[in-house]
Amino acid sequence: MPLPFSLKSLKPLLLSSAFILLAGCQSLNSTTELRGTGDLGVVVERATGSLAVVDTSKREIFNRVEGLGDLSHASVKFSRDARYAFVFGRDGGLSKVDLLTSKITERVIQSGNSIGGAISQDGNYVAVANYEPGGVKIFESKTLRLVADIPATYTDENGDIQRSKTVGLVDVPGNDFVFSLFDAGEIWTVDMTTTEPEIQRYKNTGKQPYDSLISPNGRYYIAGLFGEDGLALLDLWHPEKGVERILPDYGRGEKRLPVYKMPHLEGWAMAGDRAYFPAVGRHEVLVADTDDWSLVKRIPVHGQPVFVMSRPDERQVWVNFAHPKNDVVQVIDTRSGDVIKSLSPGKSVLHMEFTPRGENVWISARDSDHVKVYDTETFEELATLPMESPSGIFFTDRAHRIGL
Amino acid sequence: MIYRQWSFLVMLGLLPMFAVAEPNPNRQAELDTLLYQDCGSCHGMTLRGGLGPSLLPERMERYSTEAITGIILYGVPDTAMPGWSDLLTEEEAAWIANQLKQDNSISR
Repeated sequence: MPLPFSLKSLKPLLLSSAFILLAGCQSLNSTTELRGTGDLGVVVERATGSLAVVDTSKREIFNRVEGLGDLSHASVKFSRDARYAFVFGRDGGLSKVDLLTSKITERVIQSGNSIGGAISQDGNYVAVANYEPGGVKIFESKTLRLVADIPATYTDENGDIQRSKTVGLVDVPGNDFVFSLFDAGEIWTVDMTTTEPEIQRYKNTGKQPYDSLISPNGRYYIAGLFGEDGLALLDLWHPEKGVERILPDYGRGEKRLPVYKMPHLEGWAMAGDRAYFPAVGRHEVLVADTDDWSLVKRIPVHGQPVFVMSRPDERQVWVNFAHPKNDVVQVIDTRSGDVIKSLSPGKSVLHMEFTPRGENVWISARDSDHVKVYDTETFEELATLPMESPSGIFFTDRAHRIGL
Repeated sequence: MIYRQWSFLVMLGLLPMFAVAEPNPNRQAELDTLLYQDCGSCHGMTLRGGLGPSLLPERMERYSTEAITGIILYGVPDTAMPGWSDLLTEEEAAWIANQLKQDNSISR
């Protein structure tokens, strides 16, 4: 069918609209262009106290945010619209960062020394686990206004009231937070649906819980124990059963190797009906059956594992290691339970993060001052991004995952 | 208190006396990185404390260099502090102990 008018007569119109379009583009800078945040993330640059905002589609640095204080052990959560990052700094700073404008929109110094945080199921509350003074503080996520202050008090062996360092803080369904008390060996849950937060305490859960994970469905809260072999498990579908000890004797009678860096459990590693955990003081990844939590296998690895993380499709588990064996990352095939690949991404590998569907992994190498991006299927190196002492890597798909 | 036990051992001469020789400048730079990055992963990068206690000079002045060296090399039983003797020599540990007692750029 012929066009009702010739292209020639359209030419001036096309030209002028092209001009308007161009002019329009020029007036927009890169930060005000409409775009989603689903393929963005942040990398913590711990030496400079800055965040690199990264684009996981283009595999490049999108922008940089400075002035976040001491980020030597920082972690990040995202608002439910995945636009804002909540940054928990070691110096007790809690900052809210707009990824799109790459600006700090709110910032409070809420304690002397903090370790990590969580965002509630409904997205309304941000909680921070503090070392000093020990306890948890809860803020309104919109304004960072303090809404609850929960001192982690306990009675020590001399009958004195002490405050414990808090660790392993996560959100769970029911708008609850759960955390562990390192010095007290307790696990507490906080219900945020009531006007006054309601606290449930579980005592004698094991010596020195150092970090925790929550299963992807929010059912199992598992705290790793530093002071003894084993892990503490709270089944949130059956809280009345209390806290059980699992894998209690995985290394009985064996001499522990020195642990030069605490393992992490955050960044769950559940794959199929198996759970993968870092052993403490042993160069092994422990595999447990999630039906009865029995030990299925001990996989020998390169060093003391720090992060043990499953690829989103659960076919691989990636492991990094503590000082001084921290220049290697190993990949376990979850079908065979064997290490199938060792990579050398650089010096002092601190963290790994999968793209939302797992086709790539980003790995930070602190002392090489770079982040490397790998194809998780071919192990091909796809990109190297220069960063200042990069540590934690967090992508925005965490906004929509329980416990992350 | 566990630290007192260490000082006690040192006083009794049960721990060897540590050589005064300093590590070479390259090694000093490595130890400096180790101190604020790896010790820092528990004690905080500014050494103000974290899961482990503060290592700032005002706290360190309570302990002798020998006691701190002993703790670095052999750790503190029943705590998360490991012994670093597989990774550090006595003179290196003593150098770090000295750094911790001084109010220098590391403890910023």
